[in-house]
Amino acid sequence: MRDVAVVGFAQRQMEVFDGSPTCVELLVPLFAECYEQTGWTRRDIGFWCSGSSDYLAGRSFSFVSAVDAIGVIPPVNESHVEMDLAWAMYEAWLKIQTGEVDTALVYAFGKASASVLRRSLALQLDPYTMTPLWPDTVSLAGLQARAGIDAGVWDERAMAEVANRSLTDAEKNEYAIRKGGSSVEELLSRPVYADPLRKHDCSPVTDGAAAIVLAAGDQAREVRDRPAWIEGLAHNIDPISIGTRDLTRAPSAARAAAAVDLDGVELAELHAPFSHQELILRRELGLADDVRVNPSGGALTGNPMFSGGGIRIGEAASRIWSGEVGRAVAHATSGPALQQNLVCVLGSTTEGASN
Amino acid sequence: MAKQPAAVVGVGQTHHRAKREDVSMAGLCREAIDRALLDANLTLDEIDAIVVGKAPDLFEGVMMPELFLADALGAAGKPLLRVHTAGSVGGSTAIVASSLVQAGVHKRVLTVAFEKQSESNAMWALSVPLPFNMPVHAGAGGYFAPHVRSYIRRSEAPTHVGAIVAAKDRQNALKNPYAHLKNPDTTVESVLASQMLWDPIRYDETCPSSDGACALVIVDEDTAAASPNPAWIHGTVMRSEATTAAERDQVNPQASRDAAAVLWKQAGITNPIEEIDAAEIYVPFSWFEPMWLESLGFAEANGGGWRLTESGATAMDGRLPVNCSGGVLSSNPIGASGMLRFGEAALQVRGAAGEHQVDGARRALGHAYGGGSQFFAMWVVGSEKPSN
Repeated sequence: MRDVAVVGFAQRQMEVFDGSPTCVELLVPLFAECYEQTGWTRRDIGFWCSGSSDYLAGRSFSFVSAVDAIGVIPPVNESHVEMDLAWAMYEAWLKIQTGEVDTALVYAFGKASASVLRRSLALQLDPYTMTPLWPDTVSLAGLQARAGIDAGVWDERAMAEVANRSLTDAEKNEYAIRKGGSSVEELLSRPVYADPLRKHDCSPVTDGAAAIVLAAGDQAREVRDRPAWIEGLAHNIDPISIGTRDLTRAPSAARAAAAVDLDGVELAELHAPFSHQELILRRELGLADDVRVNPSGGALTGNPMFSGGGIRIGEAASRIWSGEVGRAVAHATSGPALQQNLVCVLGSTTEGASN
Repeated sequence: MAKQPAAVVGVGQTHHRAKREDVSMAGLCREAIDRALLDANLTLDEIDAIVVGKAPDLFEGVMMPELFLADALGAAGKPLLRVHTAGSVGGSTAIVASSLVQAGVHKRVLTVAFEKQSESNAMWALSVPLPFNMPVHAGAGGYFAPHVRSYIRRSEAPTHVGAIVAAKDRQNALKNPYAHLKNPDTTVESVLASQMLWDPIRYDETCPSSDGACALVIVDEDTAAASPNPAWIHGTVMRSEATTAAERDQVNPQASRDAAAVLWKQAGITNPIEEIDAAEIYVPFSWFEPMWLESLGFAEANGGGWRLTESGATAMDGRLPVNCSGGVLSSNPIGASGMLRFGEAALQVRGAAGEHQVDGARRALGHAYGGGSQFFAMWVVGSEKPSN
């Protein structure tokens, strides 16, 4: 496999983006940041891939307008996934692995505030048997949290500890839209929102976008002293059916983790839109107690749809670039109750060559 | 690092119809998948990863339907990707599936593209009014008719050329057991007598709205060794340009020309009309056959395309048979239409196209486009392993 690294990252997270659902106005400055970080122009990008959802934008072909942010004259080598940024990055990584291109810029966007997100996401469910009941995302997550509590796998205190740590860490993240830790006791005294979930157990509805730049070999080394080399990248999916899954587990996360080498990981950015989901992911990824989890504050403090997973990769990469850690894992999820999961292992050297 | 060789060893498709009320979305996809796996002599257990493609989710009213379909598609416990690049998506999806093998990440990949257009009204799903955007009013035909008019003016084409294409493709469809439209009485005269919809596009020159799916099994060199007739992938390309820009040439877009140039180079082809034995080109409105023939380099720009079509060269027994399957004009499940082109090209070089087989086809083109003639996906497949 070729050595490929994350060499650029830009993000925006906000409560309400005062612009179009296609987010073109948000993407243009993000690309500018990526060009500034790399010293490239758009002509240096070998492949583009975006992630978004027409249902968030309330229209067909929302990504068609988004390519205007690139400036696609002359034409570009470009693709789109109806998935999170992390999977758009996966497609770009594949493209680089084929040897066809050496560089890629991937981006994703979503204006979740344009609709009632928890209801929009109910349209992801089985249209024949589930959607007619409109079980919304937060309620499904509540059922999942309750299943874990009933099974004795976690309790409300453990969930509050995740939230408190995340809110505290988010104070240092300029992009987080919810921040400010207090204490586990104080969090537990707050009212329940979707029993047993409290508001701070649920990621906030977030508008935003993000972009990641990939480069192979020497091109990565020219951009950064310490590129964040992709040592492993794998993803997997479970059936959607809530009734037949053990909701206290995420087998697809475990399978994705088994496909990469997580030894020596010092930091994990886990895409857990609900506090108890971080507890599930820590178990499925087999993370040791001393692994630092979500120093960015994670999805509980800002979770723009379709870039929230990729932002975890960008956050982990930026801590490799800075020298803060030598090895990190980033995770992204999609679908209800951790249905689909991706893991990306990043390292400061190319020794753990990608497999 | 060079691309790993990859080949199509299984092709499956549904019986395309206006309404497949006998199957769910999952059932539609499985009909194509099961045929592709049978063709490939593989089981779902032997598949490493699945790539799903379809056009806008508004067509079926399900957000990211691959999530609920994952189990039925056999993707549970495997990696699943979902591609969406507008009308070119069937082709792009096949290319992403190929890249999984060409990158050396997986050995046996299943890809499926579908559209169950009867779940909604596709024409109006495409026509949602958008602030600050040029309206598409009344579906794709209304959008593309000015491009066709421009082509006719520019190339001084006689007005019956579109009807020649429509009559040819509808006759070809009679030889394809899966085709949606089966109109044995269609002739150039009957097409010219049909209702004018979007001048100069008449009713019989438009594609139908279909429910349908297509699946391909794409494998590495070792797995392909077990196949009696693999279709080797000689080149793949995707290119995109803007919807709206003053300098755009919508009749012969630069993204199309750029893509073709890269594709022929990858496949080692210097004279496409001599070296390609069959072409499956995305022709949703009849006039796009001569337009794309020119853009792809099969004929000279501004007139070579219609002359080729008028001469009969694109008929089943012509110099360059185009859309022997009946093409998009005979079956159009939008998300699957591109993959059908790619799959039909593979069937030709595998000698497996049945009644619409071109004798001795060794290299074939699969082509798809989407958006406002701005997204392009193409591949060349061949009966022999590529030397490059």
